[in-house]
Amino acid sequence: MSTIADLRLGQSATIIECSSEAIPFKLLEMGCLPGNRVKLLQVAPFLDPLYLNIDDAFVAIRRDTAALICIEIDPDE
Amino acid sequence: MSKQINVALIGNPNTGKTSVFNALSGLNQKVANYPGITVDKKEGVCKLSHVLKAHILDLPGTYSLNASSLDENIVIELLLNKNNKDFPDVAIIVSDVENFKRNLLLFTQIKDLEIPTILVINMADRMSAKGISLDIPYLEEALKTKIALVSARKNTGIAYLKTLISNYRELSLEPCLNASSIDPPYFDQLRSAFPNQQLYKLWLVITQDVNFGKINRQEMDVAVFKTKSKSDLKRLQQKETIKRYQFINNVLKQGQTIDISKAKDFRATLDRLTMHKFWGYAIFFVILLSIFQAIYDWSSTPMDYIDASFAQLSEWTKATLPSGVFTDLLADGIIAGVGGIVIFIPQIAFLFLFIAILEESGYMSRVVFLMDRVMRRFGLSGKSVIPLISGTACAIPAIMATRNIENWKERLITILVTPFITCSARLPVYLIIISLVIPQGRFLGLSYQALTLMLLYLIGFGMAILSAATLNRLLKFRSKSFFVVEMPSFKVPMFKNVAITVLEKTRTFVFEAGKIILAISVLIWILASNGPGDSFKNASSIVQQEHVDLDSDQVDQKIAAYKLEHSYIGLIGKSIEPLIRPLGYDWKIGIGLVTSFAAREVFVGTLATIYSVGGNNPDTLKQKMSAEKRADGSAVFSLASGISLLLFYAFAMQCMSTLAVVRRETNSWKWPIIQLFGMTFIAYVISLIAFQLIQ
Repeated sequence: MSTIADLRLGQSATIIECSSEAIPFKLLEMGCLPGNRVKLLQVAPFLDPLYLNIDDAFVAIRRDTAALICIEIDPDE
Repeated sequence: MSKQINVALIGNPNTGKTSVFNALSGLNQKVANYPGITVDKKEGVCKLSHVLKAHILDLPGTYSLNASSLDENIVIELLLNKNNKDFPDVAIIVSDVENFKRNLLLFTQIKDLEIPTILVINMADRMSAKGISLDIPYLEEALKTKIALVSARKNTGIAYLKTLISNYRELSLEPCLNASSIDPPYFDQLRSAFPNQQLYKLWLVITQDVNFGKINRQEMDVAVFKTKSKSDLKRLQQKETIKRYQFINNVLKQGQTIDISKAKDFRATLDRLTMHKFWGYAIFFVILLSIFQAIYDWSSTPMDYIDASFAQLSEWTKATLPSGVFTDLLADGIIAGVGGIVIFIPQIAFLFLFIAILEESGYMSRVVFLMDRVMRRFGLSGKSVIPLISGTACAIPAIMATRNIENWKERLITILVTPFITCSARLPVYLIIISLVIPQGRFLGLSYQALTLMLLYLIGFGMAILSAATLNRLLKFRSKSFFVVEMPSFKVPMFKNVAITVLEKTRTFVFEAGKIILAISVLIWILASNGPGDSFKNASSIVQQEHVDLDSDQVDQKIAAYKLEHSYIGLIGKSIEPLIRPLGYDWKIGIGLVTSFAAREVFVGTLATIYSVGGNNPDTLKQKMSAEKRADGSAVFSLASGISLLLFYAFAMQCMSTLAVVRRETNSWKWPIIQLFGMTFIAYVISLIAFQLIQ
């Protein structure tokens, strides 16, 4: 299963699963919920943190958190 | 008799909540602390009509009612406690056009507490640029509320908002979501266990423990009601959030249309530039450099003026008032002490100005993003950058700014190392010692003195990073990596917001630090003007007997010096002299070190007091200091002792107020004590080595 940490720059995906146990609740409240869309906008120097658009919210999270959110990456057009 | 109602302003961070607050209360506002904690409590008054006034409370920004920090907890504590004197008659939820969906999450939660609620949609002026249109009558009906479209920037919609507040009794109390639907069997149990309580409120009290833990449970005791495990409750909270978003999405499907083709956005371009792996750092570096340049350039003129004015005032007091103990206290103790605080105002104000602009514009979040990986190598967070920059003004607001670092270990390390950053209080000490011991002259067009100052800033920063890395290895906490940063859109800072922030912060600094400095100045003056035993009392006759050959002026100076040596403060200085002699300091500097433990800037004031007590010569402090000689005739302030002193001030923990804030923020005496002894030990060792090597 892919996670947000696998996204390439500019790629979009749909969130499949994110466990409330593992990731900060604040992230869920910002829209990181199953079914919502996520896009990788930018990656900071040294490849961490990641700058995402999750369900129209602009959020930065660290790579280790991103690796806990399962997604289905859109097929390349 | 006019009536006053309580209004609470609630909303997500970055929605312009404070702009709405400023628009409603203008300058009728004050900032206090919530009892026992250092969270700012902003209150204001707004006149609605000649019979109705609103007391407005600007609550800390929060994304939901599930608190994960001290600031957010304030909001929940207030809303769950009907007996609180600030409990709102009406809650105003501030949302903004761009993040409307996410803002509504908090709105629906507060609605479900059955508090009369008004929804403000701020930044309405941005709607057309974003291609957003809203069906307000539909939204009002679906959300069971009244909506005010406001632009705090353009000052529109505020009058309508005031009308809505005045008619708060007409607001619907109907909730948005039926709490029971989260888990019907569980909520049925809850209802039968607490038949008199509102269900959603019970749920919030129960789940508060899950994320935070400190809630005042006077009204109801749910500790006995534990039928679900922590992870079950978390799952239910997630379910609640999903249900809320389902409701919100349904409402917005009909109430909001977004035409992306009309959206004009510079965000992507600006983001690419400010967060670029080369240009991002370059821009940040240039901004920092210009800030420091501006602080020194712009504040030197007002500072010189303040310095001269206080010297004149002191002279004038001595000349005008009848001479006596009271006049001396006023001129040498109080006026000199107050002058020592006032002189900082220009620099502090400029620094707060720049920090406020960086925060208001949304740029600060980009810096956090850029710096996170680098800072994490040293056990810090990207969010530590803000405290470390603020630390160049003063460690106190800087340490309070660590509050939004979610990870406790990263936050603690930031708190512990921030006092190494060169704060403005060290500046007067650095400046006077540099001008005494560092030779004039230039290297590559830069003066040695300016280079020394820059070096001291770098040393402070280097030491902060170094000790962070060390602490990172020493402290063994298991804490989850928590890092969620919202990237707000870029905005032109609003003048009114920036001005109010600068005024408020500067005022707090001056009054808080001022109280301590003033008290110490008076205390030193008293200790220096009195002494135990006969040698102080009979100073003049003893000196006159010893020096019959000198003229009266010289005798007066000898008497003053003799008195100081035998005063209480002289005795304190002498008693620590053996300890500080290896660093190259004499007992007078020792007095300065002792008093500096109240606040560093007191050092210059103390030396000014010590060298001026009893003396009538009009030399400046610098001239007096360079004239000081040791027993063997060499200067007290030599290159070796000067550098040793600079390094001591760079590293030692000499600020009671900082220790007090660390105590409050860490909720333990352990950390401030470690800071006090650790930093002072480092300072002692390094100064010792430096003095012995250069000497």
